[in-house]
Amino acid sequence: MAFDLETAATPEGLRRVAIDPVSRVEGHGKVTILLDEANRVQQVRLHIVEFRGFEKFIEGRPYWEVPVMVQRLCGICPVSHHLAASKAMDRVLGAHPVTPSAEKIRRLMHYGQILQSHALHFFHLSSPDLLFGFDSEVQKRNIVGVIEKHPDIAKKGVMLRKFGQEVIRVTAGKRVHGTGSVPGGMNKHVSRADRDGLQRDIGQTLAWAQDAVTIARQLHESNAVLYDGFGSFRSNMLSLVRADGAMDLYDGGLRARDAAGNILLDGASDQRYLDLIAEEVRPWTYMKFPHLKSLGREAGWYRVGPLARVQNCDFIPTPLAEAQRQAFIARGHGVPVHATLAYHWARMIEALHAAEVIEQLLADPDILAGELMSTGQRVGEGVGIIEAPRGTLIHHYRVGDDDLVTMCNLIVSTTHNNQAMNEAVRSVAREYLDGQELTEGLLNRIEVAIRAYDPCLSCATHALGQMPLDVSLLDADGTVLDHVLKSHDGSLQRDLAAPVGLPA
Amino acid sequence: MTTTLTPYPAHGPRKLKVATVSLAGCFGCHMSFLDIDERLLELIEHIEFDRSPLTDIKTVGHCDLGLIEGGLCNAENVQVLREFRAHCKTLVAVGACAINGGLPAQRNHLDLGRLLTDVYPQGVPNDPELPLLLNHVHPIHEVVHVDYFLPGCPPSADAFWSFLTDLMAGRTPHLGHGLIHYD
Ligand code: SF4
Repeated sequence: MAFDLETAATPEGLRRVAIDPVSRVEGHGKVTILLDEANRVQQVRLHIVEFRGFEKFIEGRPYWEVPVMVQRLCGICPVSHHLAASKAMDRVLGAHPVTPSAEKIRRLMHYGQILQSHALHFFHLSSPDLLFGFDSEVQKRNIVGVIEKHPDIAKKGVMLRKFGQEVIRVTAGKRVHGTGSVPGGMNKHVSRADRDGLQRDIGQTLAWAQDAVTIARQLHESNAVLYDGFGSFRSNMLSLVRADGAMDLYDGGLRARDAAGNILLDGASDQRYLDLIAEEVRPWTYMKFPHLKSLGREAGWYRVGPLARVQNCDFIPTPLAEAQRQAFIARGHGVPVHATLAYHWARMIEALHAAEVIEQLLADPDILAGELMSTGQRVGEGVGIIEAPRGTLIHHYRVGDDDLVTMCNLIVSTTHNNQAMNEAVRSVAREYLDGQELTEGLLNRIEVAIRAYDPCLSCATHALGQMPLDVSLLDADGTVLDHVLKSHDGSLQRDLAAPVGLPA
Repeated sequence: MTTTLTPYPAHGPRKLKVATVSLAGCFGCHMSFLDIDERLLELIEHIEFDRSPLTDIKTVGHCDLGLIEGGLCNAENVQVLREFRAHCKTLVAVGACAINGGLPAQRNHLDLGRLLTDVYPQGVPNDPELPLLLNHVHPIHEVVHVDYFLPGCPPSADAFWSFLTDLMAGRTPHLGHGLIHYD
């Protein structure tokens, strides 16, 4: 592969520096850096180091369990998985489109999730870097530090997240891992009392969301050299877009643009993603590398998420967020904005948009009454795509006549951004680490870049990965609980002498 | 919930030091903890975070309390768990994954070796940076002593709050009516 700094020419003898775990990013990732004697950076990699195997253990399960099971891929964006799986299963059942009530309640749930996740991402996980500086004191560089130094800002974040979580609770039954959406529709309406409660708070929520955009924008504008340049690189961009070009985070066709903003593909059916996207495996991470087939693996990689969505759509269909989008686009002076830290600004524009959409949906009587389920002719296979907080999320299933899942393929948002996150950390390493004596603050810049994309690599650990296998797990008394071996030819064996099951 | 917090008596005015980690979990338990919402502003008057996905502290120091989300799926999880046990006076298994393996343990009935060779027919690659994978996903109490179990997938925010309130008041944590859930 020709990606600069991905693989050192001669890794032997180089000094290894690891950032492990990547913090304020849920702890399943690490970064390794190889340096030569002059501290020149020779190799930088973001590794996804965990494996959970969801795609395989979902096989054989009844299809109606899946929207609930897959939420456990990620506790930060469970609703995205809940709904992407539901949308795929709607197709499997031929129950597409779902009824207006079902779609509107699902949308309400989804935009609640966008709001809460974006608030968490910006305020709880990223704002300490942006408010205190990348070199600030480690002990204070966290949400508690923000609460102490900037209680007004922290409180807005906490309350925006709370409102989003409440929207999820009233539509899904529970804030984390609810059960509201089912294949073919929804299992309940929003109650009038819950609707009234949310309507009472929506005005304040909108005001806070507007403040959030202002904070992100002012941070950007107050240090434009840093914000425009940090971890910046050109890339293609991908997202769902509504047929009329509007931003739509729940449904739409696939659109991709090249680095100059020219449209590469548009209006592509979500059901056809396999014709458009291929995935490549590299041996040093569990996460695959997707790319547009038409451009190949070296030119075809792309970014997803707020930065892509805000620029990929033609307009945002709510007025406050659209006005903010115009200001964002103006920042690019006619070309797309490629700055990694601009993700935060774009993210807060989307948070505002989510609050506006929630306000509209709360006023819609269809969420309180109307048919919830549709039926149709079963086809046995379906794809569900949604714009999760971190970007495009694809769920694809085949289901047998006996209702059991026979195939599951997931391409999650973090995976779409895999190459981009690697490029971002390499760009930062090149600019800040090369030839330097490494300090905590310098290394934190690598994490700042990752946090701009993703505060949670959890969902990326779903797939079967590649790993060296030769391990024994002992309990406190030294008894072997588990043992697996990998022989030199690469084949795998259990050590049959060791007890491999769960102890009684 | 309206319970107010009183300082942890064993330490007088010192704040309770708390470390948290997500092993083979989904971060949902941490999210539910954050669902105490504005009570977080009150809580941090009484506790201080050590290593946690919310801070930049990378190794766990001496702590009063360790909250563990997620089960054990690889050797690194085991190492982190042992560090937590060695450094935390009280260790809590939080959520279904830590208590019984949770959903990731669904892979336990599958032959891992066969799965890997199915998915990577070109050969299962090696990279020393990736931690060794366990054949099965294990609950944490199989490897270390656990002081308390907080059930749920995830436990509710009120369950977290009630648990912490009791602990800080020096009481044995007790989950009252409606706070014990397993879903
Ligand atoms: S118990 Fe549930 S919420 Fe907690 S980590 Fe496991 S799957 Fe996630």
